[in-house]
Amino acid sequence: MKQFKGRPVVAGECKAPALVSHGGFNTLASFQGALQFGDLPIIGKKYQQTECDDQNNKDLFGKPMLNKALCLPQTIGSTTGGMILFCAKAMGKCPACLLFSEHIDSLAAAGAAISAVWTDSPMPVVDCLGQEFLDTVKDGDTITVSADGTVTIE
Amino acid sequence: MNENFNYKMELTDEQAAILHGAKGETMAKVMQTLVLYGDAFGAEKMVPVTSKMGHLVTSFGLGVMKPVHEMMDQLIKGGALSGQKFSVDPKPLDPKVPANFLQNFVFKKFMYSVQDAYDQQLQKLGLIGDDAYTCTCYMDEVGNKPQQGDILSWAESSAVVYANSVLGARCNRNSGIIELFGSIVGYVPYFGLLTDEGRKATWIVEVKTTKKPEAQILGSAIGMKVMEDVPFIKGLDQWLGTELDGDTTAYLKDFGAATASNGAVGLYHIENLTPEAKEQGAALIAENAQTYVIDDAELERVYKSYPVMWSDQSAKPKLCFVGCPHLSLAQLIEWTKNVSEGLKASGLKKVSVPTVFTAAPGVIEQFEKTEYAAQLSATGVILSYICPLMYMNNPLSKKMPVITNSNKLRTYTTARYYTSDEICSIITKEVK
Repeated sequence: MKQFKGRPVVAGECKAPALVSHGGFNTLASFQGALQFGDLPIIGKKYQQTECDDQNNKDLFGKPMLNKALCLPQTIGSTTGGMILFCAKAMGKCPACLLFSEHIDSLAAAGAAISAVWTDSPMPVVDCLGQEFLDTVKDGDTITVSADGTVTIE
Repeated sequence: MNENFNYKMELTDEQAAILHGAKGETMAKVMQTLVLYGDAFGAEKMVPVTSKMGHLVTSFGLGVMKPVHEMMDQLIKGGALSGQKFSVDPKPLDPKVPANFLQNFVFKKFMYSVQDAYDQQLQKLGLIGDDAYTCTCYMDEVGNKPQQGDILSWAESSAVVYANSVLGARCNRNSGIIELFGSIVGYVPYFGLLTDEGRKATWIVEVKTTKKPEAQILGSAIGMKVMEDVPFIKGLDQWLGTELDGDTTAYLKDFGAATASNGAVGLYHIENLTPEAKEQGAALIAENAQTYVIDDAELERVYKSYPVMWSDQSAKPKLCFVGCPHLSLAQLIEWTKNVSEGLKASGLKKVSVPTVFTAAPGVIEQFEKTEYAAQLSATGVILSYICPLMYMNNPLSKKMPVITNSNKLRTYTTARYYTSDEICSIITKEVK
């Protein structure tokens, strides 16, 4: 068991299996398949667990993101990013929480803020967890997030 | 309204009143969102948006993005309309662009099924007009061109990086929705690229190539290296000169779009060229800035690193997109000349791959008045206002072998990247 202390951007608690992206997480590229086609017959089948659609993300491409503790350095890419995160949250197709090793970027912060104010159940978001956090955490580890920004890896 | 809403930044009496519901519950939620967003960056205050117009990234009426459409309805009903007119990214559909029966069916019935309703929402919120759909709103032909020092509430990564870097305006890499909220309230949180400190470069990029670098590959290389940081680029002025003329601004438009989509760059400085670099020079470079050297080999390495996402890697291209971001008038004319000359050299009359050039409606209107319009039409190239990215974002288009000279389109879709010269060569010769 190892603990890291970060900054709660959106305070909350959760327990979920880890999913780790060591490179920048491209929000639009990652969620576009699940959001656009997840509810359609046949072509939506491969997106039932919000599978990551970003072909450039070797860590995550094709892996389910739904209800995972998504561990990442920052998000990158299109400025639709925050809106995409909000849609994923409102549509129930989002990770359980977002855990940033670095300071949160402006697109992810927007998604966190919009989701917190405009949806009923905020998604916990913690940043500034440090590079050691990202070096330590592995896919499938059990992550527990506390409201004060403490993240426990088991 | 959330009565327990806690915040750290200092608000004026007027801003605090809005936050606490003086202008209604919807407006209060808009302000809360902006304050929470600013608090994440330690913003100490909100500052007025000073640009004449805004720019939104979300132009598409995707049926599945119901939460956004519901929010738009809430804003309209709550009287939370934009305080400034705005332009918006390109439309996702244009009947002129080739699409088969199944694609048309999927586009209209499943994907962009609420496009008309969404267009109406945009008009009610403050859209400039029917011709305001483009990612290059800053073109003279479009007219949404901020002044140096203006504070913006924009989104669209390529437009933001252009406005910051080439025009010297000040705008954070806002997300969709947040940019609209800033235009509604008339204030944005003061942090990041709005501040002098946030505009300092933490990377020095030394360009040491033996020829003018391809804008889209150079931007990609820098974006992937510096991510969200601000680079100060040395050595590029030897290829671009020291004046921001039409060719140079078009180059920087494409370069910037690649830095923003392959990384998360919101501002770059180019020595002796961009406004702040000209005024402040090396004073823009932060202490302990890292260095990245780019030579021919590095550009080649980056180009070769792009994955080809076609199931049949040797497939014949079925469609070609040029113009992501939208082409300038000068680029349209240059492409027209190059394609015409290429066809003449190979003895062909029409392009060998269905090809779409994309530009802003206002740019297309001006282009249609030139002698080159008929010349381009004769080559078989289609001229459209569409967003290629939106066209490509579906399983049917994903299966198509599409080629492009846009690194942004490559990043978000299965389109295969080639340099502009390679694209011109491919579409003007017999496809084998």
